Amino acid sequence: MTTVTQPPAGRPLFPDVLRSEWIKFRSVRSTYWTLVVTVVGMIGLGSLFSEAYISRYDHLSGLERLVVRPVSRSLGGFFLIQLAVGVLGVLVITSEYSTGSIRATLSAVPQRKTVLVAKTVVFGATVLAIGVVSSFAAFFVGQAILSQRGLGVTLSFPGAVRAVFGTALYLTVVGLLSLGLGTMLRRTAGAISAMVALLLILPGVVNALPSSWQNVITPYLPSVAGEALIGRSPLAPDHLLSPWVGFGVFCAYAAAALVVGGVLLVRRDA
Amino acid sequence: MIEARGLIKRYGTTVAVDDLSFDVLPGRVTGFLGPNGAGKSTTMRMIMGLDAPSAGRVSVGGVAYGHKRRPLYEVGATLESASIHPGRTARYHLLALAATSGIPARRVDEMLELVGLTSVAGKRAGTFSLGMKQRLGIAAALLGDPVVLLLDEPVNGLDPEGILWIRNLMRNLASEGRTIFVSSHLMSEMAVTAEHLIVIGRGRLIADTSVEEFVHRASGGYVRVRAPDADRLAELLRERGATVAAADDGALAVSGLDAPAVGETAALNGIVLHELIAQQASLEQAYMELTRDAGDYAGRAA
Repeated sequence: MTTVTQPPAGRPLFPDVLRSEWIKFRSVRSTYWTLVVTVVGMIGLGSLFSEAYISRYDHLSGLERLVVRPVSRSLGGFFLIQLAVGVLGVLVITSEYSTGSIRATLSAVPQRKTVLVAKTVVFGATVLAIGVVSSFAAFFVGQAILSQRGLGVTLSFPGAVRAVFGTALYLTVVGLLSLGLGTMLRRTAGAISAMVALLLILPGVVNALPSSWQNVITPYLPSVAGEALIGRSPLAPDHLLSPWVGFGVFCAYAAAALVVGGVLLVRRDA
Repeated sequence: MIEARGLIKRYGTTVAVDDLSFDVLPGRVTGFLGPNGAGKSTTMRMIMGLDAPSAGRVSVGGVAYGHKRRPLYEVGATLESASIHPGRTARYHLLALAATSGIPARRVDEMLELVGLTSVAGKRAGTFSLGMKQRLGIAAALLGDPVVLLLDEPVNGLDPEGILWIRNLMRNLASEGRTIFVSSHLMSEMAVTAEHLIVIGRGRLIADTSVEEFVHRASGGYVRVRAPDADRLAELLRERGATVAAADDGALAVSGLDAPAVGETAALNGIVLHELIAQQASLEQAYMELTRDAGDYAGRAA
């Protein structure tokens, strides 16, 4: 029988907890399914939008032909894919509550903040990596399709690199915002509802307000602010925040959700 | 060693644990006994730092659990057996826990072997029977070779062979000087496993005593004695302070004196005895008596 010896007190806890969270993250199927859906969805939907545009191209009016928007068209899949990423972000923590494994986790590591930070790093880094890969793939496949009508562009197109990386960053922050909501609410259904409401429903609700209010509020809504980095928004550009300011606002929402979630995690009974 | 002092847990207006104080000492199996809903699991969760007490404090080895670093080396626990993600394999469940404390994968495989789960180590825990989940929980609890073990209803769902296995495991671990604290709502199980008992009902401490004392204290035990000259014997016994009642079949039910004292009394006075039996209250009876009013969900006659 292997004798176990406690590591020296000076050995930092965080790398060990990080390793534990990484093992947990990669040892459940939902992780793989979601990441496959993300890659396939980003490429597939981007291709679909690009294909649809060129197949209609001959019937489009002159004005419509002017707004090719080749970059954001190829990256348009993010709008649906953010739901998959958000659901996974929620599940990273709520599945621990629904299965009771949170008790095993916190028994092994009573330092609850450390657990949440480790989850954030593991999940965030994975989504960012998958996001970068799938955004680039979606961009190149989309441009190849648009190039059939000579409408494709390269990465040297103004704002293209920012939009491609921005899509990956946007998805990452969606995931982290969802992880924060999951930590706050602890229930899968509740947290997913809150995530959908915040990202997709809220902009629609604000649309029903008088336009003078809309112009003030809309740019600061989480998803609208975040999308400024990708450059795809139903709103007129002059109502949008600048890309990085918008993204900063979006990050602030995610940070707030994680901080509130962390405080509740420490204070509440597990 | 576990020390609880004035432990209170309130949920709104409900008091789940009400001013509990007790010590769990090393080197023996201490049973934590009480009807369902008595507050056993809540107390266990407070010991593990998962729930915060409303008042009072509890420490393991002198330190509150929440302040421990890498507690797996000191405390192992199975809390409410289903603390396992059903989509994760048994081995990954243990590997993830081991990683938090720098416990090598070799030790994980040894624990799987010890609890007899090696052949299903790669199967998802959701496919496990309750008994297998219990075994996995015990493997997790033993990962860090801890000196304190908390087991919440560990025999639930185990087959007779498994029950025997865990009984021996607990005894062996206790004989190595470890602190074993095991909760159960089954008196019969505790009677054969534990040496010491902490009994609670409705969150309050009812008894903190050895198993023998517990039976003795709660016992409606009496001595059954039959003699041809029952009247004279009854008189002599009453003189010695016993309470004597006539049983239906002509025998005497004597309480307040034990069987040897009754026998001696008879012998000294030359009284012939046909029967002398010490009627021990069974553990179950003792337990039922003590916790009768303490069960939250005790059935009531309509």
